[in-house]
Amino acid sequence: MPFVDPSRPDPVKSLTQPRWGLRTTLFTGAAGLSLLVFGCSPAFGAESGLSWGDIGDILLLKNYNTRLVVLSTSALGIAAGIVGAFLLLRKRSLMGDALAHSTLPGIVIAFVVMLALGGTGKSLPGLIAGAALSGIIGLLIMLAIRNTTRLSDDTAMGFVLSVFFGAGLALLGVVQKIPKASAAGLESFIYGKAASMVLVDFWLISAIAALAAIAALFLFKEFTLLCFDESFAAAEGWPTLWLDVLLLGLVTAVTVIGLQSVGLILIIAFLITPPAAARFWTHRLSTMVFLSAVIGAASGWLGASISALLPRLPAGAVIVVVTSLVFLVSMIFAPTRGVFARNLRQRRLKNKVERQHLLRAAFEILEANSTKTEQVANAPFSRDDLIAKRTWKPRHLDKILKKETAFGHLESENHGELRLSESGFGEAARITRNHRLWEIYLVTHADIAPSHVDRDADMVEHILEADLVQRLEDELRNRGAWIPSPHLIKNPS
Amino acid sequence: MNWTSFDSWIVAVGAVSAVACALPGCFLVLRKMSMMGDAISHAVLPGIAVAFLMTGTRSSISMFVAAAITGILTAVFTQWVSRFGRVDRGAAMGIVFTTLFAVGLLMIVRAADHVDLDPGCVLYGAMEMTPLDTRNIFGWNIPRAVLSIGVVLLVNLLLILALFKELRISAFDTSLSDTLGFSSRFLHYLLMTIVAVTTVAAFEAVGSIIVIAMLIVPPATALLLTHRLVPMLIVASLVGVLSAFLGHYSANTIPGWFGYDSTSTSGMMATVAGLLFTIAWLFSPSEGLIVRRFRNREGNELEEPAELTST
Repeated sequence: MPFVDPSRPDPVKSLTQPRWGLRTTLFTGAAGLSLLVFGCSPAFGAESGLSWGDIGDILLLKNYNTRLVVLSTSALGIAAGIVGAFLLLRKRSLMGDALAHSTLPGIVIAFVVMLALGGTGKSLPGLIAGAALSGIIGLLIMLAIRNTTRLSDDTAMGFVLSVFFGAGLALLGVVQKIPKASAAGLESFIYGKAASMVLVDFWLISAIAALAAIAALFLFKEFTLLCFDESFAAAEGWPTLWLDVLLLGLVTAVTVIGLQSVGLILIIAFLITPPAAARFWTHRLSTMVFLSAVIGAASGWLGASISALLPRLPAGAVIVVVTSLVFLVSMIFAPTRGVFARNLRQRRLKNKVERQHLLRAAFEILEANSTKTEQVANAPFSRDDLIAKRTWKPRHLDKILKKETAFGHLESENHGELRLSESGFGEAARITRNHRLWEIYLVTHADIAPSHVDRDADMVEHILEADLVQRLEDELRNRGAWIPSPHLIKNPS
Repeated sequence: MNWTSFDSWIVAVGAVSAVACALPGCFLVLRKMSMMGDAISHAVLPGIAVAFLMTGTRSSISMFVAAAITGILTAVFTQWVSRFGRVDRGAAMGIVFTTLFAVGLLMIVRAADHVDLDPGCVLYGAMEMTPLDTRNIFGWNIPRAVLSIGVVLLVNLLLILALFKELRISAFDTSLSDTLGFSSRFLHYLLMTIVAVTTVAAFEAVGSIIVIAMLIVPPATALLLTHRLVPMLIVASLVGVLSAFLGHYSANTIPGWFGYDSTSTSGMMATVAGLLFTIAWLFSPSEGLIVRRFRNREGNELEEPAELTST
């Protein structure tokens, strides 16, 4: 289903507001790229004596040691990409961050409980259960703060993150003093161990990824509604609270599983960056979710492979850098919402509007000069007339004049005078008429602020019905500002 | 427990850092940027790594400068990504800080052969040790941490006092602020610089968790208790001081109830602040859960619809 994004630029407003120019775009891109390259450059030192055979083996998963890591991180990329897409649209991307930190007290308590029951305290399912429980409690507190106070989502997330992590540290401080209990490594549970993954990790991650994919598939409509119009969903009778809990439950599952296998920073990045990158390529939610999963999986695969190929490169960090590169490229070059494409579109629109202003100004000068009201004659006029008509900056006006001349709408006369060409005159008449029709329509028929009269004026005949255009023309004629249409409107009736 | 001057100094360090964080934190919470402290405390890693690789020492001045610059860069990059790419602010923050952290981690790991730099020891300061490192000022032995964070607190306080009107307007209405001639963009970057410097100065001395917690929890608590900015700043500072005192006290007493020695003050400070928030959440006179429940009940009785009569 197509969706309308409220944050899309208003075509008129974006012209009047300061924009990020092309130069800034290039500068940021270069700064970001050089930062990443600078950070990673030690990775590609002289020591990497790699053959193409090794690279092929690892990328094609022929190497047993890396197969598990590569497949697991890719599966996690899929899972996080899917649920992260909905988080991004709900403006709760940092939820993964908050949840990941809020697992610490649960991990410590699970450790103590298992120790009291006679185990070593380090059994993986037990620690995961503790982490999940504490994450869920943190999640419920976040939802409660959001729903019962006027604090915003980000404050609720930051509150849970810091208080839970602090409580976890306090508990850890006690536990570390228990004699005989080796609590060492407990804190590093949340920092992951991507390089030493075992088969259990792979199955756990795959199961979560499958669960996320199935939930997204079956509840796609519900999640979409929740993301775009929560109050409407509630008014329609959907159980929005439970949908929210379900969605965030999936996030908790992805976070907890990812946390112990690949670490805190990677799981946070996996939940945020692929969806944000996918957002630049499409306006459709279904495409975005799919793309986000693909980007997550591809960066997991590529990053884990690079980390396996070169010595002393932690997989998590490499994957984060790869994902960020994908994001940077998408942000700048994506044709749908990328910075380049947007700048180009804005520039084109601006040019179009400027040219219309020029032709209309020229036509109105001719109109004022001609004696007969019903017939405007094409005659030479000067550049100063134009400047007097509209407050153009002289240099700016010259630029527009040059463009219009190249377009064949303007001709230069002797003594620096200008003249509309045959086609230019027709175009000017048409634009002036349409703009006036649109203005009179807005003034007489619609309660829209007069400041909006410029919008899509040239589309007047496509937007309004033929008989309404007829009535507007009569109105214009009454006011003495009538220009006959240069081409006949086919009346459907 | 046996309270000594040592404990007093720990509480003083905690209180000074709490207030230094809570003041700019109020504006962060109002601007819906609470997670900035968390983002900055992760994102400074490459700055620290670069400072270390370049100078070869763990001198705290060069690290502080590098970390503060990286912190400000985090805010700048976040702003760029969110303005340029039209990405949600939270997501932009997440992308920037995870990337910077990963780059910093790669630098450290690649250089690990010949350096001794543990990210943990940089990011998690030891608050209990701060009174040991003292400087002599006018015959007093004052912990270095109190001095360094005290300076930050003083600067924060002066800046907020000097630009109070501007910060207040831009926190609530950026367009009005621009119209009145106070560039909201400049104020944004100023606030981000304050937050970055405070974050780095405080976590170098007392650990990142206190910074993250004190930037958010006291202002959030204050926001539940008052609707005005000045009382909010005051209440947030009080909550910060209170959690420093109660946090250190309970860190030394509560484990004793279960037969253990003591636990980390920083963890308990965050926990106590969380409890203070919970109390405000339940009992706040204007919007506490319990108060509101009573008021709703009374309200329902009052608003009993009068029976319609046809006349």
